[in-house]
Amino acid sequence: MTDLSHIRNFSIVAHIDHGKSTLADRLIQLTGTVAERDMKAQLLDSMDIERERGITIKANSVRIEYPAKDGQTYILNLIDTPGHVDFGYEVSRSMRAVEGSLLVVDATQGVEAQTLANVYQAIDADHEIVPVLNKIDLPAAEPERVKAQIEDVIGIDASHAIPISAKTGLGIPDVLEAIVTQLPPPKGDRDAPLKAMLVDSWYDSYLGVVVLIRVMDGVIRKGERIKMMKTGAVYGIDKLAVLKPQMVDIAELGPGEIGIFTGSIKQVRDTRVGDTITHEKRGCAVALPGFKPSIPVVFCGLFPVDANEFEDLRDAIEKLALNDASFTYEMETSAALGFGFRCGFLGLLHLEVVRDRLEREYDIDLITTAPSVVYQIYMRDGTLRELHNPADMPDLTLVDHIEEPRIKATILVPDEYLGDVLKLCQDRRGIQEDLTYAGSRAMVVYDLPLNEVVFDFYDRLKSVTKGYASFDYHLTGYRQDNLVKMQVLVNDEPVDALSMMVHRDRAESRGRQMVEKLKELIPRHMFKIPIQAAIGGKVIARETLSALRKDVTAKCYGGDATRKRKLLDKQKAGKKKMRQFGKVEIPQEAFINALKMDS
Amino acid sequence: MGENLPEGGFGLYLHWPFCQAKCPYCDFNSHVAANIDQARWLRAYEAEIDRIAAETGPRLLRSIFFGGGTPSLMAPETVAAILDRVRLRWPMANDIEITLEANPTSVEAGKFRAFQAAGVNRLSMGVQALNDMDLRALGRMHSAEEAVQAFDIAREIFDRVSFDLIYARQGQSAADWRRELQQALEMAVDHLSLYQLTIEPETVFGRRHAAGKLPNLPDEDAAIDMWEVTQEICDAAGLRSYEVSNHARQGAESQHNLIYWRCGDYAGIGPGAHGRLTSSAGRAATEALRAPGAWLEAVETQGSGEVPRETLSRDDQLSEFLLMGLRLREGVSLDRLTRLGGARLNRPISELEAEGWLSQTEGRLAVTVTGRPVLEAILRRLLTD
Repeated sequence: MTDLSHIRNFSIVAHIDHGKSTLADRLIQLTGTVAERDMKAQLLDSMDIERERGITIKANSVRIEYPAKDGQTYILNLIDTPGHVDFGYEVSRSMRAVEGSLLVVDATQGVEAQTLANVYQAIDADHEIVPVLNKIDLPAAEPERVKAQIEDVIGIDASHAIPISAKTGLGIPDVLEAIVTQLPPPKGDRDAPLKAMLVDSWYDSYLGVVVLIRVMDGVIRKGERIKMMKTGAVYGIDKLAVLKPQMVDIAELGPGEIGIFTGSIKQVRDTRVGDTITHEKRGCAVALPGFKPSIPVVFCGLFPVDANEFEDLRDAIEKLALNDASFTYEMETSAALGFGFRCGFLGLLHLEVVRDRLEREYDIDLITTAPSVVYQIYMRDGTLRELHNPADMPDLTLVDHIEEPRIKATILVPDEYLGDVLKLCQDRRGIQEDLTYAGSRAMVVYDLPLNEVVFDFYDRLKSVTKGYASFDYHLTGYRQDNLVKMQVLVNDEPVDALSMMVHRDRAESRGRQMVEKLKELIPRHMFKIPIQAAIGGKVIARETLSALRKDVTAKCYGGDATRKRKLLDKQKAGKKKMRQFGKVEIPQEAFINALKMDS
Repeated sequence: MGENLPEGGFGLYLHWPFCQAKCPYCDFNSHVAANIDQARWLRAYEAEIDRIAAETGPRLLRSIFFGGGTPSLMAPETVAAILDRVRLRWPMANDIEITLEANPTSVEAGKFRAFQAAGVNRLSMGVQALNDMDLRALGRMHSAEEAVQAFDIAREIFDRVSFDLIYARQGQSAADWRRELQQALEMAVDHLSLYQLTIEPETVFGRRHAAGKLPNLPDEDAAIDMWEVTQEICDAAGLRSYEVSNHARQGAESQHNLIYWRCGDYAGIGPGAHGRLTSSAGRAATEALRAPGAWLEAVETQGSGEVPRETLSRDDQLSEFLLMGLRLREGVSLDRLTRLGGARLNRPISELEAEGWLSQTEGRLAVTVTGRPVLEAILRRLLTD
């Protein structure tokens, strides 16, 4: 047990690539927490996807022992939080588990939108914030300009910002010292009933479910029986440890301390981020505030490219879901794509991460249908339906009105690209809420429909700003709008997998895009094929795929019979990858390409 | 045994794998070699003839075809000796057709009389184009004038002469083709093979095309226009198509090629040659080693140039019967179709008939005039369900 005054708990807030993981690595290294030979980059990001993309998806923690200049040794607990908007709730919980934050800003880049979103989370959690200017060794570094920007945009004092280079190690001792001197120690009552927050949990193939906790009050010991207040489940503590970052067993964790426990918990699904953990007996009366169940906001269909892999996909999704409570799924059938699953995600990144893991860790090729948000359909009979899949859109005559989720988007962009960004937001039905300048960068705040963002907003934003814009958002609520279901008909047959919800004003252009793309993707047949986009019975875009005119082989003699027969046999096998719509055969490739998110 | 043999007759194909130069569009098994020991090659052909004849027994031979490569590069004595050996092994029909493919160069024209004396009675000449620029683009060694002269010599020597042209060449328009074809018809005797240029992947053209360096190829619409010009002009000249790319006066059709399209039996001898042989054990697809040196050595040391045979299942035979037979204007016999298990195709056949792609008359099933240019799509409908 460590005295509260000798504990400091903190997180690091940074935009992607601004050096959060490298700084964490340096802190771990300099304090000798990890032996030199065991060091590797991005020590706290354990998933391949995290390392590759340079992002953090799961919270992680490390306990560092630091002998400070005052001659005392301090326990520093760093919680490495996810940095992405998709995991906003998880971030907020991690923030509540610590008392301070290092705000790391790249001195060559300045404040970015993602930094803002996370720093506001830290401010909301009443953190003491220590600004750190990274990459100070680079010639392009502009520490004074960036300090001024931090003060302007975020509104905190940056005059004592610590200049560092996480890469070279410059300034790292100053950061350690600042953690001790500038951040407050945690508060807590050792004699009160146990009250600990479930910060995150993950599955370990040796230990089962591992739960990361921050003790607020009381003491937790190995062998005790604890209760999760939300789920009501009771478990015995099999293992209690701190992370350095490898597990080191510990007899007890007291107030202000951060560590992990295991306790025969079968599924990560049985644990809820933000839940309060107390003793089974003599538990605390009131749970920690702020618990929210996670709610998926983006849905899409996942189908195996090879229909024979459906069962494999089912197994993979079930296994993945055990470890990701925020991911939902239900079986879906599509005339175009066969059997698959309609899955719900916290956001687009979450969607991509889950899809990547299914493809990579379970080796299944997937078709992903266009992502859709959750619409609220107000029926004439007064009932409310949630629409996760455009294919399930009820008959329009029964619908009173439709509401869609809106977001508040913050975009930071060098002013030469501002015009393009405003146009993009305007095109996406955005309503401008704010436009301010911080140096040569503009900060625009837009109210946007989420469905316009899930389509290809990110890619468009990147391309119109040559990658110089940063973007973040949070959900604000639902609003009624003129939304319609657009169907695609090939040779007058509706193709379910291509249905989508669109704003009426955007339907023509989206419909045109889709039919033009399909015209390129569907092979010609012996007859001409109309390809139409329609709303209800009304065609809004149409292309005609002309009939095949000539394909006959010029030469076919004795030696060609075998080759042609084998070609036909191959085509016969290939036909399994074709989907039949009336008389038209559409190769699965065509769906994959038509549905590509960057389309 | 006779009644087990397929209808369609029995022929012999002999492959001579050498050319003077490889044409950039050709994906046939042809090789350029400096010194060819014709005596050694003759012995190998003779050994293969003996081997196959021992297997087939004395079947009536309706045709012999020397293909390649460029068989007009063979010594006429080699051709004569091969034909002598064939005559020894199989009875020949009175009206046997013996074709040799020839390049229309003056050198080769000088050998025509000797080929005729050896027994060749039909010459098929690779003229390909009637203008020099296009001939050069096609990598041909002869000029248009040389071709016309060689052809005139051939006409004097042989009763039956055919020649090939390639259309839908780079930069060619339907009007260009019309003029060229009309000129060709003035030369033609009674048979013409008119092929649309096909870009095969494993060729110089294929590689150039993939690299985007084969510009101005006519598109599909232009190609169909040229196809229609071809039908129109040849019909008017009395050389109607009897097969997709082959046109002849009635009775002047290539008997040898008809054996392929009617799914008859044929022995294939020489590097890469394919054969179809029916026996009481079933129908086999034979294939010889492709590389000339490897084939020669296998014949000499192992007594056979063949690779392992493939026995054709009834479904395989049905596929081949249709994919070959529907190339013919006459189509296929419904009786034979039924015997090969064609009943299972009744549904697609009647759909394709209803849509106007196929028609049935007098016990035969054939592709209609509108269906002919899209035969591959028709075959896919028939054979890939």
